[in-house]
Amino acid sequence: MMTINTIENGIVIDHIRAGYGVEIFNYLGLDKVDYTVALIMNVNSKKQGKKDIIKIENEINFDLSELGLIDPDVTINIIQNHTITKKLKLNLPKVVENVIKCKNPRCITSVERHLTHVFYLVDEKKGVYRCKYCDEKYALRNRV
Amino acid sequence: MIKNRHLIDPMDFSTEEIDKLLSLSEQISKNPENHSKKCSGKILGSLFYEPSTRTRLSFESAMMRLGGQVIGFSEANSSSVSKGESIADTIRTVACYADIVVMRHPKEGAPKVASMYSDVPVINAGDGGHQHPTQTLTDLLTIRTVKGSLNNLKIGYCGDLKFGRTVHSLIKALSRYPDNEMHLISPKELKIPDYIKEEILDKQSINYFEHEKIEECINDLDILYMTRVQKERFFNEEDYIRLKDTYILDNEKMKKGSDQMIVLHPLPRVNEIAYEIDNDPRAYYFKQAKMGMYVRMGLISMLLGVC
Repeated sequence: MMTINTIENGIVIDHIRAGYGVEIFNYLGLDKVDYTVALIMNVNSKKQGKKDIIKIENEINFDLSELGLIDPDVTINIIQNHTITKKLKLNLPKVVENVIKCKNPRCITSVERHLTHVFYLVDEKKGVYRCKYCDEKYALRNRV
Repeated sequence: MIKNRHLIDPMDFSTEEIDKLLSLSEQISKNPENHSKKCSGKILGSLFYEPSTRTRLSFESAMMRLGGQVIGFSEANSSSVSKGESIADTIRTVACYADIVVMRHPKEGAPKVASMYSDVPVINAGDGGHQHPTQTLTDLLTIRTVKGSLNNLKIGYCGDLKFGRTVHSLIKALSRYPDNEMHLISPKELKIPDYIKEEILDKQSINYFEHEKIEECINDLDILYMTRVQKERFFNEEDYIRLKDTYILDNEKMKKGSDQMIVLHPLPRVNEIAYEIDNDPRAYYFKQAKMGMYVRMGLISMLLGVC
């Protein structure tokens, strides 16, 4: 049995689909920080079978909404004085900028490099986004 | 209010706004001379980054018939684009000289980008295989003028339903009017994309049927909308050659259609409508091209607020 200490102040990203923890870890740039972080993979879970968890010992100021693009089912626990003070479920962001890149070779973003890549959420249930400029579809892989 | 707005997507205007625009265009078509000075002193910037006969001439003619003038270019090579200028910079410059801009561009979303940086109204005159809203307005005006309404119609779309932007836009536009039934006629390889079915037809509970032969539904149609298999949308010439002559509408097939059915085509045609059909009173595609000019006159007038 592996033991990982509870954290005093910070956040715990729980219920990450097994295998997606590394991606979130890298997305948040946690490999470069100097405070304590833990990525725990393949934890037994009654609900999910296996899950990943990330613990961050710091009062961080990340925009967590975009994590929904990697795994919309994660739970964010805010910890203060060893206690969970807030539990957040992620909603898919309505608009994402420069996170999803349009892959349509006919899209104007393929030639005008200064343009911000913007995708709008068009189907929350299926996790479908469309490019602001050319309507190219982007479907979240764990939804559709 | 349409004044000072952009038209990038056919859905940018509500059905009420479209109805108002079509009414004005119909009025213009009946008495164009009453509108011949409406745009006096106004300039249309005509930015065509790829070749176009119909759309460009139709826009330029529309502006001239309204008493306005036209500046611009008809191919990217003759503009600063060939020096690598961005759309954002081009439009900001042209907007200093023109009161309204029309843009055709091979890249999808280019007119949208232009509208983001323009102080004057921008009209999308076709962006790659994406949108062509003034063709949709043309189709709607023709249908409304001939059929008297945009409701309760049986419309057959035939040919390239996969890449055909005019078909996608018209399906979207007519889905907003009640009781329309759609018949989608295409070879398997050029079927309508799933997203049109899922996000438009299914979502709005539109009755639709898919066919591989015109004969399967032609006797039931009010409108037969023919399209060309577009060579420029294929990456592979072999596929184009194999599919280009799948549907040829001829007298034999037309015999099965009702007397009230009309045939539309966004033009240019290649082989899909035999020349023998041109004299059939149900062939409306050249009248449709004229409607295109009237609807552009209506559109320019409304965007400039001179109607």
